Amino acid sequence: MGKVKKSPWVLHYDGSSCNGCDIEVLACMTPVYDAERFGIINTGDPLQADIFLITGGINTQNQAVVRQLYDQMPRPKVVVAVGTCACTGGIFKECYNILGGADTTLPVDIYVPGCAARPQAIIDGLVQAIELFQKRSNKHDAIERRHKEEEGKKAHGKVSGE
Amino acid sequence: MGKVSVVPFGPQHPVLPEPIHLDLVLEDEKVIEAVPSIGFVHRGLESLIVKKDYNEMVYVAERTCGICSFGHGMGYVEAVEKIMNVEIPARARYLRTIWMELSRMHSHLLWLGLLADAFGYESLFYHCWRIREQVLDMIEESTGGRVIFSVNKVGGVMKDIDAQMLGRFVEKLGDVEEQICAIRKNFLGDRTVQMRLCGVGVLTKKQAHDLGCAGPFGRASGIATDMRIRGYGAYADLDFEPIIRTDGDSYARCACRIDELLQSIDLIRQAAAKIPAGDLSVPVKGNPDGEYFMRIEQPRGEAVYYVKGSGKPYLNRLRIRTPTFANLAGLCETLKGADYADVPILVLTIDPCISCTER
Repeated sequence: MGKVKKSPWVLHYDGSSCNGCDIEVLACMTPVYDAERFGIINTGDPLQADIFLITGGINTQNQAVVRQLYDQMPRPKVVVAVGTCACTGGIFKECYNILGGADTTLPVDIYVPGCAARPQAIIDGLVQAIELFQKRSNKHDAIERRHKEEEGKKAHGKVSGE
Repeated sequence: MGKVSVVPFGPQHPVLPEPIHLDLVLEDEKVIEAVPSIGFVHRGLESLIVKKDYNEMVYVAERTCGICSFGHGMGYVEAVEKIMNVEIPARARYLRTIWMELSRMHSHLLWLGLLADAFGYESLFYHCWRIREQVLDMIEESTGGRVIFSVNKVGGVMKDIDAQMLGRFVEKLGDVEEQICAIRKNFLGDRTVQMRLCGVGVLTKKQAHDLGCAGPFGRASGIATDMRIRGYGAYADLDFEPIIRTDGDSYARCACRIDELLQSIDLIRQAAAKIPAGDLSVPVKGNPDGEYFMRIEQPRGEAVYYVKGSGKPYLNRLRIRTPTFANLAGLCETLKGADYADVPILVLTIDPCISCTER
């Protein structure tokens, strides 16, 4: 993990997982694995979240919920699919109600394998997500700065033209 | 009479690790009705019997739920064994019992942590989960997995716990017991906790009985429902009594589960002292032909596994009834008349396992 200026907040949502990955995600936040040392915090509010941690596959009922949560998150954002079910649909891939992994609905950036995903693997995924978030956030800042400068120039031009 | 409004609760909510949606009909600050809607985690795993044979279905059954994974595997496997008239070795029965009790401990400690978090004790939440990690370490050392550790198979178990390791576990459980006794004081003796839990969400014995509540939720209301008394696994050889409280409030449910933690430690000690030597599994031939209802006690209550086969590798029917499904009716009853601020705690006190419920 390189230089990180921001401390991203994590939103965790259980797609249609069996719970195994969810309790491992929670275990990551507790003192033994302590993923909070990387500056992240688990939040329940999508409006303040930067990293979307999704466990489990997508089914017809939760698809709209997952999409809405993703849309409510401010840009830039990173999506991490935790567990085999979120990556591909896993053991439930052939079930009638499962559409597939998280990437059927969201643009997934990082895939964390495992059934259930081990805390070490989840932390690895989170560290990569933080790095990616920093990269995207730098890009986002640069674009915003350029916009501001252009706007500033326009406003300046108007003043001098008059 | 105040204005009636409907507040949605979930499916994504900070207090819930899993999605369940409740429409809370509020009159001022009081809940007058709660309408649950589920289906966010429905996968339809029972239908996989047409694609996977009865041996592969063990792994599917274990993934009904990640918290009580071992119990689901055990219930399914014992049902198939009963149909096929397979007598498994005594050592396997004892090993299953030990793993089942370890699973119960990790599930209850997880729940205690979530409850502490719900009433605002974050350090206590972390503390419960730290104790839970010691239990998970034992599971990992003996099976290789942390939460989903497929060690069951039709005909026995796949891994052994040797005498040396078992001795070490019993020693370590002594440590864990001390730590649980310490947090027991925090949960049951603290005045703030008592104010949050005592008298909240009372369910009388009659209500609990009529609504068919299972597990610690029913036992806290005074119903002696504990499937372990039926004596599956090695429970017939062990000495224990179901833990019952009669108050029926959130405090009783909390006390019930903490006492069950200590009971589980006691059961593991008894099993470790009595475990016989021998094989881990017996060879199984043929396919299941017949049907069976297996009832076992999961951390959350009674779970029922109905298995039907017709002499083919693929089963005809698998039906799992899970404890949370039975307890949802009781939850909606306790929510009536509750304060809006108590809703997260009440939802937690049934120890909801939505993945189990929806399968």
